[in-house]
Amino acid sequence: MVKHSTFSDVFNFTWNQVAIGLWQRYPNVYSKHVLSEDVISRKIINGKLHTKRLFTKTNPMPKAGEKFITARNVYIIEESIVDPKDKTFVTYTRNVGMQKYVTIEEKCFYQPDITDKSLTVCNRWAFISSSFFGLGRVIQTFCTQRFKQNVKKSMKGLNETMDKLFNPEANQHNECRKEKFKEKAKAAVEKAKIKTSKQMC
Amino acid sequence: MESIGSDCLELKLQYDKCFNKWFAEKYLKGVHQDECAHLFKPYQDCVKKALQAKGLEEAVLHKDVLGTVNEKPPPPKS
Repeated sequence: MVKHSTFSDVFNFTWNQVAIGLWQRYPNVYSKHVLSEDVISRKIINGKLHTKRLFTKTNPMPKAGEKFITARNVYIIEESIVDPKDKTFVTYTRNVGMQKYVTIEEKCFYQPDITDKSLTVCNRWAFISSSFFGLGRVIQTFCTQRFKQNVKKSMKGLNETMDKLFNPEANQHNECRKEKFKEKAKAAVEKAKIKTSKQMC
Repeated sequence: MESIGSDCLELKLQYDKCFNKWFAEKYLKGVHQDECAHLFKPYQDCVKKALQAKGLEEAVLHKDVLGTVNEKPPPPKS
């Protein structure tokens, strides 16, 4: 039983800013479920930065699964490759342990928008699977919903981090700037959708 | 942000500070010489001990997925 989800998001920040922000995104007001973050390994290979990070996150389960699954936290590994020359930041995230119940793996591609270099597009797909006897469908549906909510929180959290780093006046609610960005983001998402199919292999 | 090992936090904060500055000011500008290795080693040693204590060492350290055949298949093209 496998469920795929795909998403596209646009950030009103350059690729360099997003790359800097991705390392500093936690903690933020939307990341209460993230308990710890550690760099496990880091090396430069042919100019590309390869990093492995480990996160501890809280692990709510559907009611039906609570009596079988008692682990309160889940460990998540994020592998990433940054290529500053081609301006790509790719992350691959997966859960460690708990795979007996559910497997959630996600790949994200952060790249500058094709036509507007002041924007960065994030294309992601997720693979969610549970074959847990009798509850596979329930767990998979629950985890897919939770995953979607967490993607939204993650995007808000990353935006908050980048606002603090690069745009401290953003807290003053510049509505005009927001409206202008909304229009640009909508157009960029449409373009990203077309491009996504080419990248996902 | 907290570390998985509570006694690793100070080492982590020192390393993160060094790395974030190096990444923004050097690496993205084409300078690839690692300037934070002296802080990473003690931090990594501390985290390894915490992973061992939690029985996570094998699962976390010895398997890579990104860029390998172990990646899950992407969604089918519509």
